[in-house]
Amino acid sequence: MLRFALGRLLAAIPTLLFVVLLAFTLVRIAPGGPFDAERGLPPEVEANIAEAYHLDEPLPKQFFRYLGGVLRGDFGPSFRYRNYSVTEIIADSFPTSLLLGGLAMLLALVIGLGAGVLAALRPNTFTDRAVMAVAMTGISIPIFVVAPLLVLLFAVSLGWLPAGWTAQGGGRLVLPVLALALPQVAYLARISRASLLDVLGSDYVRTARAQGLTTAAILRVHALKPALIPVLSYLGPAVAAVLTGSVVVEQVFGIPGLGRHFVTGALNRDYTLVMGLVILYAALIILLNLLVDILYGVLDPRVRTQ
Amino acid sequence: MNTERSRGRPLPPLVRSTLAVLLAVMLVALLGPGLSPNDGVDARFDRILSPPSLDGAHYFGTDDLGRDLFVRTLEGTRMTLLVALVASVVSLVIGVLYGATAGFIGGRIDAVMMRFVDSLYAMPFIFLVILLMVVFEQNFLLIFVAIGAVNWLDMARIVRGQTLSLKEREFVAAARLIGVPTGRIILRHIAPNLLGIVLVYLTLTIPQAILFESFLSFLGLGLQEPDASLGTLVAGGVSTLETAPWVLLIPSSILFILLLAFNFLGDGLRDATDVRARRSPSS
Repeated sequence: MLRFALGRLLAAIPTLLFVVLLAFTLVRIAPGGPFDAERGLPPEVEANIAEAYHLDEPLPKQFFRYLGGVLRGDFGPSFRYRNYSVTEIIADSFPTSLLLGGLAMLLALVIGLGAGVLAALRPNTFTDRAVMAVAMTGISIPIFVVAPLLVLLFAVSLGWLPAGWTAQGGGRLVLPVLALALPQVAYLARISRASLLDVLGSDYVRTARAQGLTTAAILRVHALKPALIPVLSYLGPAVAAVLTGSVVVEQVFGIPGLGRHFVTGALNRDYTLVMGLVILYAALIILLNLLVDILYGVLDPRVRTQ
Repeated sequence: MNTERSRGRPLPPLVRSTLAVLLAVMLVALLGPGLSPNDGVDARFDRILSPPSLDGAHYFGTDDLGRDLFVRTLEGTRMTLLVALVASVVSLVIGVLYGATAGFIGGRIDAVMMRFVDSLYAMPFIFLVILLMVVFEQNFLLIFVAIGAVNWLDMARIVRGQTLSLKEREFVAAARLIGVPTGRIILRHIAPNLLGIVLVYLTLTIPQAILFESFLSFLGLGLQEPDASLGTLVAGGVSTLETAPWVLLIPSSILFILLLAFNFLGDGLRDATDVRARRSPSS
C-alpha cells in the first residue's frame, strides 16, 4: 500500500510540473501585465519595477527562478496586493473556504448518500420519485440563483439568519454552507442511487438474498461498499472544487475566501498569485485522486488483485 | 452500417414532453420580442422597476433602467441558447476528434494523449476560461469558443472509451478481414456507432455550457451591456432583490426551466439508448 502510494506520488510530479508550465505559459501569453493600471509612469520607473520583479529577464529564466523559489517553499510576492506574499494571501483566505467547503461537503454526504440509498431501496415508488425530482431540481438551479434566493427567503423575508459575513457568530455560516451543499446533495443522491441500483441487481446480491439474508445485512456486507466506488470517483475533483471556495457564494455573502482570488488573480494578471493557486488546486486534486484510488482497493477486493 | 439502437422505437414520453417544452421556449424566445410593442434597450425613467402588468405590455415588468423585461428576457434566452449551442458544438468537435484518435491509435500515443487530459483536469476551470477570454479579447463569439475549448475533456474520455471497445467488436474485425481500409472503417463502422453516445452526451453538455455562460456573465465577465443573456439578467436582478424580486425571479425561472429540460432530455435519451457515461479514474 505504501509502495503504491509513494509510486503514485512520484508519478504525479510530471503532471504537476506540466500543469505549472501550462499555467505559466498561459498567463504570460495573455495580453496585459500586472502593472497596467499605473499608466503614465516614466519609462525609467517602469523599467525599475520590471527589474524588481525580474520581469525583464527572458521567460525561461523567469520560469526556473519561480520553480526554484517554489521548491524552497517561496511562492513569491503578490504583484497586486503590495506588501503581501502569495503564501500570506492564501493563508489568510484558505481557512475560511476550507471551513465552509468542509461543512458543506459533510452535509452533502450525509443527506445525499442517505437520500440516494433510500431511493435505490424503493425504486419507482413515491420516495424514489420525490428524491430524484428534488435532485434534478438541485442540479438545474445554478448556485448564483440559489444563493440570492436563500438570502431573500431566510434573511430578508423571515429574518431568521444573517445575510452577510459581517454578522458575528455561527449563524453567518448557515446560508453559505447550504448554498454550497445543495448541488452536491443533488449529484451525490443521483450517483449513489444509480450505482446502488446497479449493485442490487447483480448476481451476488441475488445469491445473498436467496440465502435468506435481510436487506440490512446485504447492504452492510455486500452492497454498500462496491456501490460507493462511483461516488468516490465523483468526490475526488468535487471535494477539491468545493474546498477551494466558490466565487459566487463569496460574492453574494461577502465572504473573504479563496475562490474570488481565482477570478481576480487572472483578471489582474497577478502572475505569482495565479501560479500559487494553480499549484494549490492541482496538488489538492492529485492528492484527493490518490486517496480515492487507495480507497477503491479498500472497498473492492477485485481492484486489489489487479 | 451497424447502429446500436434499433430504429423506429418510440422515444419515452418524458423525452417527448421535454422536447416539446424546449421547442416551446425556443419558439417564444425567437418570436416573442417581435410581437411586443416594446424593445429591450429603450430606457425610460418614468417606468423604473414597475411590476409585471398588462399595461404597456410589460408582461415581465421593467428593470432598474426602465427597460422592458419581457423583451430583454426573451432576447437573453435566445442569446443563452446560442452560446450554449456554439460552445457545445466546439467541445463536441474537439472531444470527438481527440477521443476517437486516442482510442483508435491506442498504445503509447493514447497513453500520452490521455495523460494530457488528466493534467487539464487538475487545472482550475475558471482560470482557464478567463485566460482564454483575455487572450482572445472580450469578443462576443469567442466567449463561446473559450467555453467549448475547455469543456471537451469529458467528451474526449467517453468517446475514447467507446472507441476502444468498438474496435474490438466482431463487425470491425470482419471489416478488417475482408480488407476494408482503416479510414473507411472509422468512417463507416466506428463513427456511426459513436453517434448515439455523442448525441446523448451533447444534450448533457448543453446545460453545462448554459450554466457556465451564465456564471461568467454573473461575474461580469461574459456579455456586456446592453446585450443580455439569462446570466446577466439574473446578475442584474440580485441588486434589486428586496424591492423588485421579479427582476431576479423571472429570468431565473426561465434559466431553471431550460436547464431542467436539457437535463431531463439527456437523462431520458441516455436511459433510452442504454449507454453509460463511463468515467475512468483520473490520476
